[in-house]
Amino acid sequence: MLKVLLDILSVPAILIGVVALIGLLVQRKSTPEVLSGTLKSILGFVILGGGATILVGSLNNFSPMIQQGFGFQGVVPNNEAITALALKTYGTQTAIIMGLGMVVNILIARFTKLKYIFLTGHHTLFMACMVAAILIANGFDGVGLVILGSLIVGLLMALMPAIAQPTMRKITGQDDVAFGHFGTIGYVISAWIGKLVGKGSKSTEDIDFPKGLMFLRDTSVAIALTMGIIYLIAALAAGSTFVETQLSGGQNYIIFALLQAIGFAAGVYIILAGVRLLLGEIVPAFKGIAEKLVPNSKPALDCPIVFPYAQNAVIIGFLSSFIGGVVGMFVLISLKTTVILPGLIPHFFCGATAGVFGNATGGKRGAVVGAFVNGLIITFLPVLLLPVLGELGFSNTTFGDADFGVVGILLGNLLKLFGN
Amino acid sequence: MKILVCCGNGIGSSFMIEMNVKKILKEMKVDLDVDHADLTSAKSAKADIYIATRDIATQLEGLGGEVVTLNNMIDFKELKTKLQSVLTQLKVL
Repeated sequence: MLKVLLDILSVPAILIGVVALIGLLVQRKSTPEVLSGTLKSILGFVILGGGATILVGSLNNFSPMIQQGFGFQGVVPNNEAITALALKTYGTQTAIIMGLGMVVNILIARFTKLKYIFLTGHHTLFMACMVAAILIANGFDGVGLVILGSLIVGLLMALMPAIAQPTMRKITGQDDVAFGHFGTIGYVISAWIGKLVGKGSKSTEDIDFPKGLMFLRDTSVAIALTMGIIYLIAALAAGSTFVETQLSGGQNYIIFALLQAIGFAAGVYIILAGVRLLLGEIVPAFKGIAEKLVPNSKPALDCPIVFPYAQNAVIIGFLSSFIGGVVGMFVLISLKTTVILPGLIPHFFCGATAGVFGNATGGKRGAVVGAFVNGLIITFLPVLLLPVLGELGFSNTTFGDADFGVVGILLGNLLKLFGN
Repeated sequence: MKILVCCGNGIGSSFMIEMNVKKILKEMKVDLDVDHADLTSAKSAKADIYIATRDIATQLEGLGGEVVTLNNMIDFKELKTKLQSVLTQLKVL
């Protein structure tokens, strides 16, 4: 009996269902709602895995082209992709750490001055996944893994919004909403740089700026576009003979490269659809329970929360961060290490946010320089993160945003130190 | 009748706004279908009312539904006023 129960609970999809089920039961939802909510979460997990399969196919064709053409390992940072891949191995541990991490977040908000409730569910999932992978790579398992993992995730969920709050007050002009996105360290550095360089610089919102780049807010379009360019360069460098004999089975190498890039975007689209279903019941339950238990809590929300406050800073930040990413890439090439290729998604969301934060403290100059530095940060951090991720470090994609890098590098190297 | 809340990724901001929309509809005692989506999906998902913040709302025009543009995604009052007026216009209220 116990064995059957353990077998069931060791299936990550079912475990996610159990987390949703608990949330729904605590909220005393009706039976049909409980049933459909639980099923949808399980469905989400399975869909996510399907997206990962498509993505892997496309990535597996990418790295040989880069190797052949340039002679280095190219890595494309994408949180959704790496998490979807990692969940195939660390799904169970991630699900438990995510569920308990939310409990730890509520406890911290209830009993300390950090009143923040981290509502960006997909980032909780990504962080739980990365922490699980690093702990497992360092020999943790069982109860110890789950307890340490959920303490770390829960603490980050309360701490990161607190670090961002001083600048958030400047941006939004109020104190009852907080910022919850695991790129916070990059944004806070951007705000700090804004303060240093931005004396007397006017706000980005005083200039007239074309809004033509806004179509890039559409994630699938942005990914298909960047990956198209990156795959095309890789295919051209690798040459038609290599691609057509080794990879495409005779299909024209340019067409092959473009289709693979679209395949990558399709994979991410499916993963996002899965994440949407998976979180659909868990986040409202988390929010409802937190509001009940922590009456004066502050909801910490995803990064687009700040975009409407400074729409020009969003565009300037994205461009500046992307240029930072390109400069960083060339530095890595010249250092002959693993090369992090600039992805539009991390640079759009993180760069734009860094732009808004930099603008809040240092106007135009703050937005430009702050976001540029953010672009460098999210290019260099993944290089140092890869070695601590264990087997995951070899998957040609990795976690992009700043906090994953900082937390992962610190955690991985601390554990190594203790291990010795 | 269906309300679709949109944002770039369709998992963070739109989800938060959706929860507020549901809360408001409950207060108004109106039972409508509310969902959230990314911009790509929104273009193929039929809805009567699309909601988004002003930085992306223009991309939802021409899809065949009313577009509610929010200046501030966390301003509960703004959302309520705008929702009320669009629902009155569509004769739901």
